[in-house]
Amino acid sequence: MNEIPGDLKFMKSHEWARVEDNGTVTIGISDHAQGLLGDLVYVELPAVGDEVQAGNACAVVESVKAASDVYAPISGKVMAVNSALADKPETINEDAYGEGWIYVVKPTNLAEESEELLDPDAYAELIESEEH
Amino acid sequence: MTQHTILNATHRALGAKMVDFGGWDMPLNYGSQIEEHHAVRRDAGMFDVSHMTVVDLHGAKTRAFLRHLFANNIDKLKVSGKALYSCMLNETGGVIDDLIVYFLTENFFRVVVNAATHDKDLAWIEKQAEAFDVKVTERADLSMIAVQGPNARAKVQALLSPTTREKAIKLGKFVAVDGDGLFIARTGYTGEDGYEIIVPQAQAVGLWDKLIAAGVAPAGLGARDTLRLEAGMNLYGQDMDETITPWEAGLAWTVSLDEGRDFIGRAALEKQKAAGVPRAMVGLVMDEKGVLRHGQRVVTPQGDGEILSGTFSPTLGKAIAFARVPAAASGNAEVDIRGKLVAVRLVKYPFVRDGKACAGV
Repeated sequence: MNEIPGDLKFMKSHEWARVEDNGTVTIGISDHAQGLLGDLVYVELPAVGDEVQAGNACAVVESVKAASDVYAPISGKVMAVNSALADKPETINEDAYGEGWIYVVKPTNLAEESEELLDPDAYAELIESEEH
Repeated sequence: MTQHTILNATHRALGAKMVDFGGWDMPLNYGSQIEEHHAVRRDAGMFDVSHMTVVDLHGAKTRAFLRHLFANNIDKLKVSGKALYSCMLNETGGVIDDLIVYFLTENFFRVVVNAATHDKDLAWIEKQAEAFDVKVTERADLSMIAVQGPNARAKVQALLSPTTREKAIKLGKFVAVDGDGLFIARTGYTGEDGYEIIVPQAQAVGLWDKLIAAGVAPAGLGARDTLRLEAGMNLYGQDMDETITPWEAGLAWTVSLDEGRDFIGRAALEKQKAAGVPRAMVGLVMDEKGVLRHGQRVVTPQGDGEILSGTFSPTLGKAIAFARVPAAASGNAEVDIRGKLVAVRLVKYPFVRDGKACAGV
């Protein structure tokens, strides 16, 4: 079981968000989520410049088994996407909290929206309860 | 209630991710579905397929019964041990199930049917068997392990007694033989060589453990699905069901319209053939990135169709699918993926045989 880094916040739908020093927010899916999906074979990324709305689907991760929407934890403008995932989607399986990041937004409503997110302990509790 | 095979605890001890499949608690994967897939294509892998139903048929008129019950002709089986793939149809030509039947003696044939169709298959077989005085016995006491891959046969053979090994080495494709208390068939659902071994429950865990020690990789239903789709093999319930005839499911090769044989569904099949079969099952390959999925719309100049089985092919590194489309469709088409039309090619399948991509795929 991977340790959950302390600087992340989570949605109940297993996306993580990390506020960077420059004020942007990096988004990915949790290690637990990649484990549920199994081997990832395709990631549909948002486009740089897209305006994403918290709670809306903004990317898709596909494993051999199923396609799964990635919901935006934080509203904002997409500043960067992890285009390396196009050729190596399995990076998310290998390093969900690091090299497997999906996109970066410049947030428009960070303070309010981040209060809606779970801290690592609350998220760990959530996945614990889902497993039983 | 969820059913467990005798190997359930073994799967869990190996760290398998379990899923419900047709009412059975079965391993989806033991870590990585793609690695398990490659293990079967490149070396040897094994599947617990004990959830499948083994039915023994006894009686002097069993051959006559099966001549009537199956769309393929049981009279193709002339040598003891020989196997045949067939559909079992209803009166309207729809597929009740697909199965493998083994000819053992004139008084004894063995049939292996799908797990998810267990109840309706047994009810249908028993009902039809009455007129032929055939005794139908479900063999819930038997387990089944499929060992598949280029090195599968050698690894199994090394575990057998000298006498049985000799028989297993000589075994032709689509033939079964008894030995060491096992029923060893050179059949499979992966497009690779190998054996499907029917084993008494009490011996199943021991056999599995010996195969692990021999370097056979456990593989789950996830890999089984990508392997069979690459190999161009239908999955009941997804690629065909009781509303679909073999003509529409790419299974014409399994229908034997031999003269004077009155099998169930024949009249409906002949009628549909004479009128022209409106839809056909085709293979699709997508060269762009992404994954084809069950239920996606296929757009062709001749009209729309639908994806039946779709997946990412680990061997080809791209998405493949079976689709049912207007019979006249050929060449190129598009698939509606989340509202976007993506180009696909209609191809002949299998997509992969004996570890290699097939021509034109």
